[in-house]
Amino acid sequence: MRFSGFKVIKEALMGHKGWGPQWRNPEPKSHYDIIIIGGGGHGLATAYYLAKEFGQKNIAVLEKGWIGGGNVGRNTTIIRSNYLLDGNEPFYEFSLKLWEGLEQDFNYNAMVSQRGILNLIHSDGQRDAFMRRGNGMILNGADAEYLTADQIRAENPFLNFDDARFPIKGGLAQRRGGTVRHDAVAWGYARGADQRGVDIIQNCEVTGLRIENGVCKGVETSRGFIGANKVGSCVAGSSSRIMAHANIRLPIESHVLQAFVSEGLKPTIPGVITFGAGHFYVSQSDKGGLVFGGDIDGYNTYAQRGNLPTVEDVCESGMAIMPMIGRSRMLRMWGGVMDMSMDGSPIIDKTHIDGLYFNGGWCYGGFKATPASGWCYAHLLAKDEPHKVATAYRLDRFKRGYMIDEKGMGAQPNLH
Amino acid sequence: MIINHPILGPRDAAEFTYLGDASLLNRPDWQAADAADQFYEYLYLRDNPAGEHRELWYHEQGDRSWLVVTRNTLTHEISSVELASDVARAQGNKK
Ligand SMILES: Cc1cc2nc3c(=O)[nH]c(=O)nc-3n(C[C@H](O)[C@H](O)[C@H](O)COP(=O)(O)OP(=O)(O)OC[C@H]3O[C@@H](n4cnc5c(N)ncnc54)[C@H](O)[C@@H]3O)c2cc1C
Repeated sequence: MRFSGFKVIKEALMGHKGWGPQWRNPEPKSHYDIIIIGGGGHGLATAYYLAKEFGQKNIAVLEKGWIGGGNVGRNTTIIRSNYLLDGNEPFYEFSLKLWEGLEQDFNYNAMVSQRGILNLIHSDGQRDAFMRRGNGMILNGADAEYLTADQIRAENPFLNFDDARFPIKGGLAQRRGGTVRHDAVAWGYARGADQRGVDIIQNCEVTGLRIENGVCKGVETSRGFIGANKVGSCVAGSSSRIMAHANIRLPIESHVLQAFVSEGLKPTIPGVITFGAGHFYVSQSDKGGLVFGGDIDGYNTYAQRGNLPTVEDVCESGMAIMPMIGRSRMLRMWGGVMDMSMDGSPIIDKTHIDGLYFNGGWCYGGFKATPASGWCYAHLLAKDEPHKVATAYRLDRFKRGYMIDEKGMGAQPNLH
Repeated sequence: MIINHPILGPRDAAEFTYLGDASLLNRPDWQAADAADQFYEYLYLRDNPAGEHRELWYHEQGDRSWLVVTRNTLTHEISSVELASDVARAQGNKK
């Protein structure tokens, strides 16, 4: 079934009786060419592009719960390509370009909204750093724009411009950034993959990797052994747990990031705004809720919930930059477990075990990467060589000294 | 989370900063033949377990002691708290 305006009108007139399930619920086969572990955004996108762009046929995605129940359904939905370093920026710009064509490509309304992202600047040193980043973006074909405080005031009169401690001196804007309906991304990729024959197998937890003589032969699961020529781990916050089955220790720690939504308010915040002197970012959903967040809690955890000191910190930062939100009430909050890498950048690579591949280390920023991550991982799985925008994302870069550390924080995951 | 400081009693975790896995106490010997490999593992690779985890917390807003906290990463339950200096001495670290 294809979605179209005609189909929506027809169903409205026919009592909506013609809609069916968007994907099958197949039993696992005994063997696949390629198994992807993890039905999050990245796993589903990988399967979709493997089938659509790389001609692969016999593919399964194994998900321990339901698809979209992980971070792809928990994030604050921001997309952007405003990175500085050469290892990152071409990849994220490739991703933003894929977002721009995604809904037509997979025929699904993912509510891609290029409402723009604005990083506020509060000091002269920060202006220098953001100018440099903006130039890096432009050199890599992305858009970046410096805005003066007066230009920002015209679009966002509600910000706290003259705060004695953190006055707003300007901002770096990326107009093509924005937000996307996160669940719809998982569903759109799942539907597109399923239509091309990919088996999406939910409630199927991978509990082991079968490795014989240095070759990965398949996966042990809660539904029995499933054989495969190639196995790709794509489980975000659970990366270390999966790779431990192959005795591989990763340059990754799992941390929780919390997110918050206020009660519904009238439209007031035009795009995505980030505070440059604390960690706070906010946008407004189409239902009117303010969607916001800040720092990770900062300790290793696999519990999908955080603690109150971070809640207090995020709300204080919000009040510092946007005092008008003080009287709105918080409606919901939740947490997701993230794969924080040692340099803050991701990994898309083969392992030393034949047939075993790894995708992870997305930190708190992997939603925007979903299309490019899927595309590049599919490229690697299909051709056994990295896509040209993902050549820096190697597993051995820590050993060889080629870290991609945007913030220059060193091997300290809770500071990235 | 409340951390039961061995000297100061129960303290709010917000008074502390977090460093990471307590294996960071075991700095490799820089003169070992395979020092580069050992430092790579020491600096970059982590067990990152789901369950019991021994980890280093620094009482920055308190007495500035380093603690080894044993905490369950699935439940956040803390089962033991020791002074890092005691732990290091007990395992015979030189410094
Ligand atoms: C609160 C929050 C806000 C965020 N905000 C943003 C943002 O604004 N912009 C941005 O770019 N990024 C953001 N992120 C990060 C982003 O959500 C993640 O980096 C990204 O979703 C990770 O990739 P994924 O979608 O594949 O992960 P997931 O959706 O977590 O997928 C992994 C899947 O693997 C499954 N799995 C785990 N173990 C097993 C197993 N043993 N067997 C089978 N399946 C298994 C899990 O159930 C899960 O469904 C945010 C994250 C959080 C938590």
